[in-house]
Amino acid sequence: MKLRKVTELIAEKFLMLCSSVTTLTVILIVIFLFSEGMGLFKSSDIEEGYALVVNSENPVSKLSPEQIMEVFDSKVTLWSEVGGNDEPILLFRLNDLPAYFTEEEMGDELQYVPQCIGQLVSKEPGIIAFVPKMYVDSTASGIKVMEEGHIRPGDFFDGKYWYPTSQPAPLFGVLPLVMGTLWVSLWAILIALPFGLAVAIYLAELADSRLRSMLKPVIELLAGIPSVVYGFFGLVVIVPLIQKGFGLSVGETGLAGSIILAIMALPTIITVAEDALRTTPRSMKEASLSLGASHWQTIYKVVIPYSLSGITAAVVLGIGRAIGETMAVLMVTGNAAVIPTTLLEPMRTIPATIAAELGEAPAGGAHYEALFMLGCILFVMTLIISISVEFINSKKIGRQ
Amino acid sequence: MVAIASKNVNFYYNDFHALKNINMEIEKNTVTALIGPSGCGKSTFLRLFNRMNDLIDGAKLTGEILIDGVDIYAKGIEVDELRKNVGMVFQKPNPFPKSIFENVAYGLRVNGVRDKKYIEQRVEESLKGAALWNEVKDKLKKSAFELSGGQQQRLCIARALAISPSILLMDEPASALDPISTLKVEDLIYELKENYTIVIVTHNMQQAGRVSDKTAFFYMGELIEYDDTKKIFLNPAKEATQNYITGRFG
Repeated sequence: MKLRKVTELIAEKFLMLCSSVTTLTVILIVIFLFSEGMGLFKSSDIEEGYALVVNSENPVSKLSPEQIMEVFDSKVTLWSEVGGNDEPILLFRLNDLPAYFTEEEMGDELQYVPQCIGQLVSKEPGIIAFVPKMYVDSTASGIKVMEEGHIRPGDFFDGKYWYPTSQPAPLFGVLPLVMGTLWVSLWAILIALPFGLAVAIYLAELADSRLRSMLKPVIELLAGIPSVVYGFFGLVVIVPLIQKGFGLSVGETGLAGSIILAIMALPTIITVAEDALRTTPRSMKEASLSLGASHWQTIYKVVIPYSLSGITAAVVLGIGRAIGETMAVLMVTGNAAVIPTTLLEPMRTIPATIAAELGEAPAGGAHYEALFMLGCILFVMTLIISISVEFINSKKIGRQ
Repeated sequence: MVAIASKNVNFYYNDFHALKNINMEIEKNTVTALIGPSGCGKSTFLRLFNRMNDLIDGAKLTGEILIDGVDIYAKGIEVDELRKNVGMVFQKPNPFPKSIFENVAYGLRVNGVRDKKYIEQRVEESLKGAALWNEVKDKLKKSAFELSGGQQQRLCIARALAISPSILLMDEPASALDPISTLKVEDLIYELKENYTIVIVTHNMQQAGRVSDKTAFFYMGELIEYDDTKKIFLNPAKEATQNYITGRFG
């Protein structure tokens, strides 16, 4: 008797332990995600360990990351365009050094490089030098080290360019990625919804039970196919079709991603919507029929309105599936980080970006942290979706 | 005048012989009660009159059901049309998840009535006919689910009346209601008799006695006895009927 009580107590405590560990793990993952991501806004907007040096006469002492990129891409060639004197911009990178100085002047072990740079910068009024900090002699006269800023949240959330490896200043603008994600997912749902709803209605209302018991497992099987297989299928079949069908130079487009995502979201939509449709009480359908309504009228006037909240939940869950999908999208969308304007151009989603770039981003760097921040954005998106599903479902219970 | 006639009706659910050779005639503008223990086939019989059993897999009917002299199971019969003429009220109140007004207007709308004035007029008449108008006239736009169970059931009756059927089938219409609501529904049935032929399935002997003109007693899929209600309750011809009515079984 005593032994049983002890065993029960242990079992109870074990279950409690399990649930606390699970909950804690989830919370810790979220905290980790956000703390890593937040580091982005503390990191320098110029590449780690480098500095921008200009002539001390130059009135410009601060450039935004976008301006830096334009300067170094030679899109901006006059200082007056970024608020300085009417002076042409002279770009200087470390590997330009041999053009100005001999090896002797630089020293055997490059020990005189700081002096060389100092000399050069103080001599050239229009120069902007992008050099490692270790080669900058900040006490030298005639030079000015440009102010370093932090990456600002505004630039991150509202930035239109995602050039995470651009030098000297990487650009982390998430707008193209967020738009790409939403665009691909939205179209995926627009494609999947009519089909999914049609199949759900067919299964719930029209198909006889034998056909239904055959169709349903097949559809559920669709959900079990690994996403990389879908991606492969998309790459081999859908991408060439789109390329030929629309006469494009590349077939890897948002449309290809949307179609693949639509196929992947279908099982979710069908299963959830069908379950919702089947909750319509038989008596309610009979009431409709007994009033002289046809089967079809009963479906769209009674069954669908009755299960509308369940259908909405199906749609939202489908969107959730589409937003978080990585592999298949990575394989077929072409991954150009451009704000999409049509469906027939390459675009890039948040999960695909994380998967593609995490391997090449140095741990702890700004790029690495930016990818974590992307993870946070994705997390918030899916959180909003889960909350709306909860909300819709709670409303449904309230109605009944 | 005969409203409904059943001729040699046999009905099967797959192998189960649910109704055995039923012959019965129901007079126009009367209330006929179908009584009997659970599973005796009375609900099945009722649902034959508006072909509600068509929805069930494995259901099979032999014999004829005539309504106003027409075999409703003959080829070429439009089931939708038949059901407009034969309204039905179910065991549990089953209003649609719509407003009170739209619930009553539903039958008109699905039958293609577009005239707003006419719909409004029919809704009012039907709600008055179901003795519900005074209770709901100020909240027609409210959801039907806000009504009480008894009100919901009268709403379902109004919904059935709106399409002007000549026959009204009621499948234990008061079984889910409290005694006061039951009384209201019974009063209503009594009034409706003037304009409708009513067939009612009930488990409640007193109810059958109170509302019906004729009573049919079913047992094990057979029609045991069918006669004036008074005769069935006071002086039944068959012993089984006697036993059931006095509560010895069922």
